[in-house]
Amino acid sequence: MAKLKILVYPDERLSQVSQLVKAIDNKITSFISDLEQTLSSFPGCVGIAAPQVGLFERIIIVDVSSRPQHKNHGHLVLINPVITFSEGNIIGREGCLSVPEYIGKVQRSQKIKVQAKNEVGDDVTYQMEGYEARAVQHEIDHLDGKLFIDSLVGKRNALKKRTDF
Amino acid sequence: MRNWYMLTLVGKDRPGIVAEVSQVLFEAGGNLGEASMARLGGNFTVMLMLQIESEKDDVENLLKPLGKKLGLFFHIDEIAGNLHHHVEPNFRLSVHGADQAGIVAMVTGVLAGLKFNILNLESDVGGSPKKPIYIMHIEGFADCSHSSLEKSIKPLINDKKIIIHLTPIDTMMG
Repeated sequence: MAKLKILVYPDERLSQVSQLVKAIDNKITSFISDLEQTLSSFPGCVGIAAPQVGLFERIIIVDVSSRPQHKNHGHLVLINPVITFSEGNIIGREGCLSVPEYIGKVQRSQKIKVQAKNEVGDDVTYQMEGYEARAVQHEIDHLDGKLFIDSLVGKRNALKKRTDF
Repeated sequence: MRNWYMLTLVGKDRPGIVAEVSQVLFEAGGNLGEASMARLGGNFTVMLMLQIESEKDDVENLLKPLGKKLGLFFHIDEIAGNLHHHVEPNFRLSVHGADQAGIVAMVTGVLAGLKFNILNLESDVGGSPKKPIYIMHIEGFADCSHSSLEKSIKPLINDKKIIIHLTPIDTMMG
């Protein structure tokens, strides 16, 4: 296992769209171990995507278990994840290992259903909401070459007058 | 060595102020840092960090003709340019009620007693001219529990007939 180097914005590779994982072979399994070690080396961080460390394949890890106040499914390795259902909108604060020293507000779906393969190749489906759903949406965006700073809502979004609409 | 200044500009709002001010500063070799602009009661207001070789008097001379042209009052302070040291809020308070003098002082007084550091505050007066309402959002950091904060603000809700919603902020780091 090895801790991998995080690509940091404005590294152009972060806007690259990742490819589907064709086979979960030894190379991918070994990479997932490295990605797990990399994620665990950042306390407080609940997710990571393969392109953040320069592998442009559709793999993410999300683990919200360190925040038990939020409903979560524990440690999730999601390969080729697809959001098949989403509902509601909610604004929340996000930060990213690839964008140091900046936190911004982003609108995400409140509830999602995500389908993927897990690290041993089984098909998995999860219904999730809130914080965990936010983390998965943030990480899947990385697979599509998008960062949370591409989806910011204004800092002063809390006050909205009727004349805004 | 380049100096950091905080510029405060206030005046009657109209389109193009930010563009004109920033162009003049750019042409003088200035670099802008963090900035916050708001329209408050129809007035243009902005505070912005400026990094520039010039001394304070020179910046003042730079801004004088612009202030005159755009009808802006301005003020310049020498500051420390501590970028990249953000403090993240862990609580948000949303306050509203019939407008009355003292809401901000009462609410923030309680927060100060808890060493709550306000990082962002926005307020607005809405409603009708006859029945104005006051709405305020505060985000900040406090090293205390949600319940102790809630307990401290509860008397305000009862005594002053204002509504205060307290929400923990949990930033998602991905």
